[in-house]
Amino acid sequence: MGKYIEMIRVRFLMMLAYRTNYYSGILIYSINIGAYYFLWNAIYGGKGEIEGLSVIQMTTYIAVAWMARAFYFNNIDREIAQEIKEGKVAVEFIRPYHYLMMKTMQGLGEGIFRLSFFSIPGMIIVSLIFPIEFSAALSTWMFFTIAIILSFIVNTQINLLTGVMTFFFFNNDGLIRAKRVVIDLFSGLLLPISFYPGWAQQVMDFLPFQAISYIPSMIFTEGFTGFAVWEAILFQLVWAVILILPIQALWVIAKKRLIVQGG
Amino acid sequence: MKHATIFFLYVSQYMKTRLTYRVDMLMEIMSDLLFQAVNLIFILVVFGHTDMLSGWSKDEIIFIYGFFLVPFAIFGAFFNIWDFNERYIVKGEMDRILTRPVHSLFQIILERMELESLFGVITGIAVMVYAGNRLDLNVSWYDPIVFLFMVLGGAFVYAGIFILLASISFWSDSRTSIMPMMYNIGNYGRYPVDIYNKVIRFVLTWILPFAFVGVYPSAYFLGREEWYGYAFLTPVMGVAFFGFAIFMWNIGVTKYRGAGN
Repeated sequence: MGKYIEMIRVRFLMMLAYRTNYYSGILIYSINIGAYYFLWNAIYGGKGEIEGLSVIQMTTYIAVAWMARAFYFNNIDREIAQEIKEGKVAVEFIRPYHYLMMKTMQGLGEGIFRLSFFSIPGMIIVSLIFPIEFSAALSTWMFFTIAIILSFIVNTQINLLTGVMTFFFFNNDGLIRAKRVVIDLFSGLLLPISFYPGWAQQVMDFLPFQAISYIPSMIFTEGFTGFAVWEAILFQLVWAVILILPIQALWVIAKKRLIVQGG
Repeated sequence: MKHATIFFLYVSQYMKTRLTYRVDMLMEIMSDLLFQAVNLIFILVVFGHTDMLSGWSKDEIIFIYGFFLVPFAIFGAFFNIWDFNERYIVKGEMDRILTRPVHSLFQIILERMELESLFGVITGIAVMVYAGNRLDLNVSWYDPIVFLFMVLGGAFVYAGIFILLASISFWSDSRTSIMPMMYNIGNYGRYPVDIYNKVIRFVLTWILPFAFVGVYPSAYFLGREEWYGYAFLTPVMGVAFFGFAIFMWNIGVTKYRGAGN
């Protein structure tokens, strides 16, 4: 366990060396959220609410969705693909840790770094400029914390899955890009899932993607209340468990048919 | 002439490498199509909840999106150097580039070419034809020529912005998280700029002039005369921004110290 915590720490420190860049990042994020805010204002065009969300809730939703993304987002799929292509992964197999676990921990180190140096200060700045509502209820914050941890897990699992696929395709930049697009759309980052037509919502109920962005953002904006919150967390939890299976299966198969192209 | 020969040599080399990983190439084209579909879905879903976006109809917004895809495809094929910092500065690849007797930026563009992006031109024109038909737009004989200038102007604006951002790496060689974000900000140029407040409108027009890759040039084809001034500025902005970016790049290259091994 100790070695994994050390991995988180090392990645965190590595990111810390580049922290100045993140201040410019906050500015760009603010512009992004600002533009979204005006776009949604135009879409609402005087309507009080759409699908149960008011304009202010919508702005909060967008802001928190993008800030939470800084926490759960990582490039470990690209990193894994790169290490497989360069043949470095062969060495990783003989090291005394689980390669995928190590990648997850590095992602977590990055996430914790961005959360503390980017999301939290960014959220404070954005809330000074735009009308954003923070919940006063402690339970909302508690559920939100659980939800973003689970969203990190589900997103990382999907990244691991696409990363490990490189073993079978050798070059899977296309798949990685497709995955990113699908996640942006179906996770609820761009649009709350409740805005989609009914049939699309039903399809998405059977896919893991809304666990990534929609659920934590809805909990934060209090778009979900009461029983719906529990159900949403359960949804995330179930997917977090289910996704272990294909990852483990692919990993075992991949180890058997490893072909190192370089290194 | 020399540059043209080099260009075609790189293209043929590129084709060979791409055809080695056929499945991946297919996936890449598919993911491009998916990416284009996502934005269209966004527009369709949003207009499921409203009829007008500050005076612009659904078909007009779709038309703007179709137009945007064309310069964006050209940009994506040749100037998509978002990973310049990591690939060339951090890994020291820039040293190799600088030892060769061709302009450094030209070499990088050739190396990072992604010709399959050009499929976007077809998608974009298809979307424009679809929306244009529903809007009953008239096409004059000179419109294709205007279109060409607008598209090149837009592609140069995009290229200029990304080259400028890449040039920053010459001064500060650490990683930035700005690049992926830029794609998002680029999206806002596709919506009528009058929905934004003054600051964002100013940013989208003069600082990060993404509006010239979307709403301004499209306004000409949609017959929105109040925007004609900006529309005809598109090629000028393209040349100006691109020129400025190359100027900054050339200064930046002299500041390059080499970070890799």
